[in-house]
Amino acid sequence: MCIGCGLLVLVILALIAVTMTRKAWPALSHDGLRFFTSQRWAPNVEAFGSLAFVYGTLVTAVIALALAVPVSVGIALYLSDLAPRRLRGPVGSLVDLLAAVPSVVYGLWGVIVLAPWLSGVYDRISDVTSPIPILSTLFAGPSKGRGLFTAGIILALMITPIVTSITKEVFDTVPRAQKEAAYALGATRWEMIRAAIFPHSRAGMVGAVMLGLGRAMGETIAAALVIGSSPQITANLFRSGDSMAAVIANQFGEAGGLHASALIALGVELFALTIIVNVIARAIVGRRLRRA
Amino acid sequence: MSTTTLLSRNLSRSRRFKNRVATAGVWLSVVVAAVPLLFVIAYLVQKGAEVVDWDFLTQDIPIISRLPGPGMGPAVLGTLLITGAATAMAVPLGVLAAVYLNEYGKKRRLANFVRFLSDVMAGVPSIVMGLFIYTVWVLNFGQSGFAGALALGCLMLPIVIRSAETALQLVPNELREASAALGARTSRTTLTVVIPAALSGLVSGALLAVARAAGETAPLLFTIGTVTAANPDLFDGANTALSTQIFKNATQPFEAPIQRAWGAALTLILLVFILTAVARLAARRFTLRS
Repeated sequence: MCIGCGLLVLVILALIAVTMTRKAWPALSHDGLRFFTSQRWAPNVEAFGSLAFVYGTLVTAVIALALAVPVSVGIALYLSDLAPRRLRGPVGSLVDLLAAVPSVVYGLWGVIVLAPWLSGVYDRISDVTSPIPILSTLFAGPSKGRGLFTAGIILALMITPIVTSITKEVFDTVPRAQKEAAYALGATRWEMIRAAIFPHSRAGMVGAVMLGLGRAMGETIAAALVIGSSPQITANLFRSGDSMAAVIANQFGEAGGLHASALIALGVELFALTIIVNVIARAIVGRRLRRA
Repeated sequence: MSTTTLLSRNLSRSRRFKNRVATAGVWLSVVVAAVPLLFVIAYLVQKGAEVVDWDFLTQDIPIISRLPGPGMGPAVLGTLLITGAATAMAVPLGVLAAVYLNEYGKKRRLANFVRFLSDVMAGVPSIVMGLFIYTVWVLNFGQSGFAGALALGCLMLPIVIRSAETALQLVPNELREASAALGARTSRTTLTVVIPAALSGLVSGALLAVARAAGETAPLLFTIGTVTAANPDLFDGANTALSTQIFKNATQPFEAPIQRAWGAALTLILLVFILTAVARLAARRFTLRS
């Protein structure tokens, strides 16, 4: 009986892959390879290209990582080596609290409070960066506040807890003797971190980042609310875009026929992408933690 | 660490400077994470407290959503029912799977494969779970609270498996050996010795999974539909939940629905925090005993 429950996981995963691919088939056979290579998404003329959504998903996830990873590594270092004993508990709970806030609540706050405020901030940033060549295309105004970068910020908040907790787990496996050896050689704390903690934890940190990437790619509701919902590929990060999960959430409710099938196909694509990312991440983290 | 302060007088200026910068960076990252969280919670409490009262928690949702007035009762009921049903499915199955992994499978290849799969399943985006239940259940049987519970259950299952396995691992092996020495089979040992010993750990893991599921929106969007009057029947007819109501109301251009969204968000987050706090207490009792 217990084996049956264990295998249930396998059954569900297989069912997801099979039934969703079957429902997605009409759209996939209608558009063929264009589904993956075209960026034109026009349900009214039955043109379904998913490239713009893949772009939006990856760009927001990368922004989220760029913001969240340094902060997470910082908090993990704080918890593992820096924090005075009586602050360790509260800071740990802070990370847990960040994880406990539901995604839709971040989305609500993002769309009503953060986006209008950021719109002004973005305008000021684009004023500053407009004479600089590359930055002027990345951060061009005017912005409505909802867009790729805003989605990235909200996603960063949501993946910080998982990246932090895994990074901390990896840092905790660094042998005490190595840290003390670094101190004994006269290293400052920062030199100890660079000489003892980082080299030992590199693979584990890569794994944690990949897990964060998987989370950020699949995150739906918060992104759906703040990303701005326009299927376009733009280098301007302050512009609105759309991600795979967000477009499913926003359009599936009123979709029928081929449109619904295309959205399910998008779901299959997202499923496949996140599984690849997660499998790689688990392989790296697992190997690291086992060896320690 | 006092070693660093002792030595710092003899350090070159650049090394001391780098160390200071790094330490400041670490402190800063804690602050950077704390500030948005405090902002979110402060806003939520301030906006939510304006509307949340007994009427808000029990009255029906206004049919014309731009009109002001209370009412999230159906969503509160829906969230409790749907999450409850998901828990009733996912927790027993998840615990049984964990029993297999820790008591029977151990290091066997099949057990490791199941562990790997449950990690993979934990990474499946919640919106994909929603689409999955839509294609296998809603297309055949229509939208209902139960369909939502199925989607949430799929989401909870891998979390329960993982946390339950950790809880079982913490039970000292001597207990199992003592029970085996008395002639009990593995199944009896598990039922009468291991599970009671791991109980509060199992409870705390389950509650964390429940808290996670209660806040989920994406799996419910297409599986439960929406209603404005309470529907206590899980299997018949559309239902609604706090999270989907927040999502729906957040993008409305009127003041009243947005206020209701804040109220629903405060209600939801209180629910999640209470569950998390109870899970903490259960876990603490567990660590004290072992």
